Amino acid sequence: MKKNNTPQDKRLLKRKRAESRLKAYGIVSICLALIMLITLMTSIGLNGYSALQQAYVKLDVKVESLNVLDEDGFFSKKKALLFNWDGVVRNSFLSNFPDVTKRSEKRALRSLISTNAGYDLRQYFKRNPSDLNKDITVWLTVSDDFDQYLKGRFNTSVPEKDRRLSNQQIEWIKFLSTNGKVDLKFNKGFFTNADSREPESAGILGAVVGSTLTLIVTMIFALPLAVMAAVYLEYFAKPGRLTDFLEVNINNLAAIPSIVFGLLGLSVFLSLFGLPRSAPLVGGLCLGLMTIPTIIIASRASIRAVPPSIKDAALGLGASKMQAAIHHVLPLAAPGILTGTIIGMAQALGETAPLLMIGMVAFIIETPDSFTSAATAMPVQIFMWSDSAERAFYERSSLAILFLVGFLITMNSLAVILRRKFEKKW
Amino acid sequence: MSFTNLLFLIIAFSLFSYFFSSSRAYKKIKEATSKPSALPKHYGQKSLLWTLFPAFLLLIVFTIVAPVFLDDLYLKKISLIDPSLSNAEIRLNLAKLKNVAGGAISSNDTIILDLADQYKNSLSNVSLLRTLSVLLLSAILGIIISSNLSIKKNARIQVESFLKSLFFISSVIAILTTIAIIASLLFESIRFFSLYPFFDFLFGLHWAPNIAIRSDQVAAQGSFGMIPVLLGTIVVAFIAMLVALPVGLFSAIYLAEFSSKKVRNIIKPTLEILAGIPTVVYGYFAALTAAPFIRKVGMTLGLDVSSESALAAGAIMGIMIIPFISSLSDDVINSVPQSLRDGSLALGATKAETTLKVVLPAAFPGLVGAFLLAVSRAIGETMIVVMAAGLTANLTINPLETVTTVTVQIVSLLTGDTEFDDIKTLSAFGLGLALFAFTLILNVIALVVSRRLSEQYD
Repeated sequence: MKKNNTPQDKRLLKRKRAESRLKAYGIVSICLALIMLITLMTSIGLNGYSALQQAYVKLDVKVESLNVLDEDGFFSKKKALLFNWDGVVRNSFLSNFPDVTKRSEKRALRSLISTNAGYDLRQYFKRNPSDLNKDITVWLTVSDDFDQYLKGRFNTSVPEKDRRLSNQQIEWIKFLSTNGKVDLKFNKGFFTNADSREPESAGILGAVVGSTLTLIVTMIFALPLAVMAAVYLEYFAKPGRLTDFLEVNINNLAAIPSIVFGLLGLSVFLSLFGLPRSAPLVGGLCLGLMTIPTIIIASRASIRAVPPSIKDAALGLGASKMQAAIHHVLPLAAPGILTGTIIGMAQALGETAPLLMIGMVAFIIETPDSFTSAATAMPVQIFMWSDSAERAFYERSSLAILFLVGFLITMNSLAVILRRKFEKKW
Repeated sequence: MSFTNLLFLIIAFSLFSYFFSSSRAYKKIKEATSKPSALPKHYGQKSLLWTLFPAFLLLIVFTIVAPVFLDDLYLKKISLIDPSLSNAEIRLNLAKLKNVAGGAISSNDTIILDLADQYKNSLSNVSLLRTLSVLLLSAILGIIISSNLSIKKNARIQVESFLKSLFFISSVIAILTTIAIIASLLFESIRFFSLYPFFDFLFGLHWAPNIAIRSDQVAAQGSFGMIPVLLGTIVVAFIAMLVALPVGLFSAIYLAEFSSKKVRNIIKPTLEILAGIPTVVYGYFAALTAAPFIRKVGMTLGLDVSSESALAAGAIMGIMIIPFISSLSDDVINSVPQSLRDGSLALGATKAETTLKVVLPAAFPGLVGAFLLAVSRAIGETMIVVMAAGLTANLTINPLETVTTVTVQIVSLLTGDTEFDDIKTLSAFGLGLALFAFTLILNVIALVVSRRLSEQYD
């Protein structure tokens, strides 16, 4: 068979090459996007996995019960507050280095221990009052620089005066670790503490609770309104100018930048209505306004997917329009509405900008306990931590991201699974 | 009584009235000789709605209006005591006496202490008034409705028409939100433009909220020329589209026209993961990984790259927008009727030729719509630029330099404690208005383009 001889053959070859080029562009693009996804997640994963562990130092302590307990033998808050816990920690830690006597050296040594170690010790005895008067060993958190050094994340090639750890301090750390006095353990505090100025005792619990409270408000506010609006638009709205305007409005609201909803919240909810700043209530309302269009669009689509014959049958048997909608169509459309709601909630959970506007960026060390108390949210916590100077916050924000993204992917996959499971072909 | 307690109480009232009315209606229907016009539960629902809704509305209105009213009252009282005080001082005193009343701070000033006592009293009076009025309204309406129960009236129709109006009001929320957004932005912006000339804002070439350039300037606090901020926004959005458009479009073409169904079912959801990642994560990646990397690459090439370059923020924003473009384009391409492809293939065109010369032109309006929506998204995106772009406004289109964007400026002007009289705060609303107008125009054009230009094939 002759090939590449006639002009037609050449042209065909050229056309086929053009086709494989187009295909190649497509494959390259998809690969690029996937590589980006993988780079993003692995770089964050590599940064963040080490925050699952935290360095602890082993200390021998003994605390007399008369310092802590009141006359009836109960843990006394007042006495415990007055007692010098930091002193106990300090003395026990310094006893590892009997030859350190100079004041400046002692101070340098003390800075290796977390400033919150005394507080942790107090909490320990509050939980275990039976350990009072006994010689016990406890594991207490060390400073963030110590922690980073043990994890190999401390850059020792920098000149000593620009470093946060001096050569002497590094010698002490090496001494402690060769003697088995320090160890990396699971970082429980990360999941049970709220935010803190000290990276070693900062955790995400406060932000998780804040996010949960915010999402509850969003859900209670957005879901009923959105579903009612969807039913109205699909079943009762008469085609006309108002309905057209409504539809354009909803589509447009879905495309408005989220920060504008923050501005709305700031000037209406905070300034006009005088609701409290930084509160999950206000955050939830802002995010709710933002989520309503998403849920309306999804609900309308799933209501429309229910065949009209079902409504017609109900009407034919004498049901009113409202009964047909509520008793027959809505239950069949519920899985679709649920999917739309989950996707909308996932969006709201990942949203940061509107929350910045209404002051949910404050530094809050307490876990919020009501809808009106000051709180922060997961993405905002990540934003604040990645803005901090300490390197230990860097790995913590990475871990928080992994946590958040993992949760979001679970939510979205749940939505996909639900859709597949309940999807009906009529 | 607290808001939640009151709410629970009126819900309990209404549940009670539901059961009471429906059992009463049941009895009446049993005794009646004529056919009833509705079921017992409809009578129950009717009295439930009447017991719950008016009281609920009153509760909300009271909760919102009462503090505003009290504030007004005490502002007047303070200004009566000392008429020489300025407005800001009066507000400060009000905040002080509220704190004293709440027990947060203590004071030695007898006037403040006295007022704080009065304030505490009025606060508890207001609370009592709220409790009484809400509960009374709920109870009276519940009693009236359930005692006037007549089975001749069709309760179902009444309940349904109530629900219908409730549904209508919910759908109007969308319009109300838009109106509230426009009103609040306009209101604050007008205050801003009364302090700062409108045309200086719109066409000024200098943006420095913290530095005054002329001492005789109206505000004497800084200059608010929007052009450099706008230019920065456009530079970042342009870079983002440069990344997202080719990658997104080619992926969509491949997935829609060439890939097998199996590949498509795996790749599409995977790409959509990119869309589900919160923007703060992209911002984190852009600021802490991408920007240093680009800077290093630039240095080895002998280029001076700023550590907050527009390139880093734009490129990462582009990655974020890829799935947006690819899934929208995918939908558009899929909606082109198969008969067009079949016709082209039957005439001997290759698949690539069919795609480029038949399918894409047919899908063009939809693609333009998707493109415009993506641009509007890039312009309104906040977290990536807040974390990765700079704060200083440079009048430049060099992607290696620091630029700032509208959203960055809004965030930096409004985070922290904001005072509403401050020109800097108000300027953020001016920027917000510009941002809203810009994205609104893009959205509307996108909608019109994809509606007007698309031909009806079926």
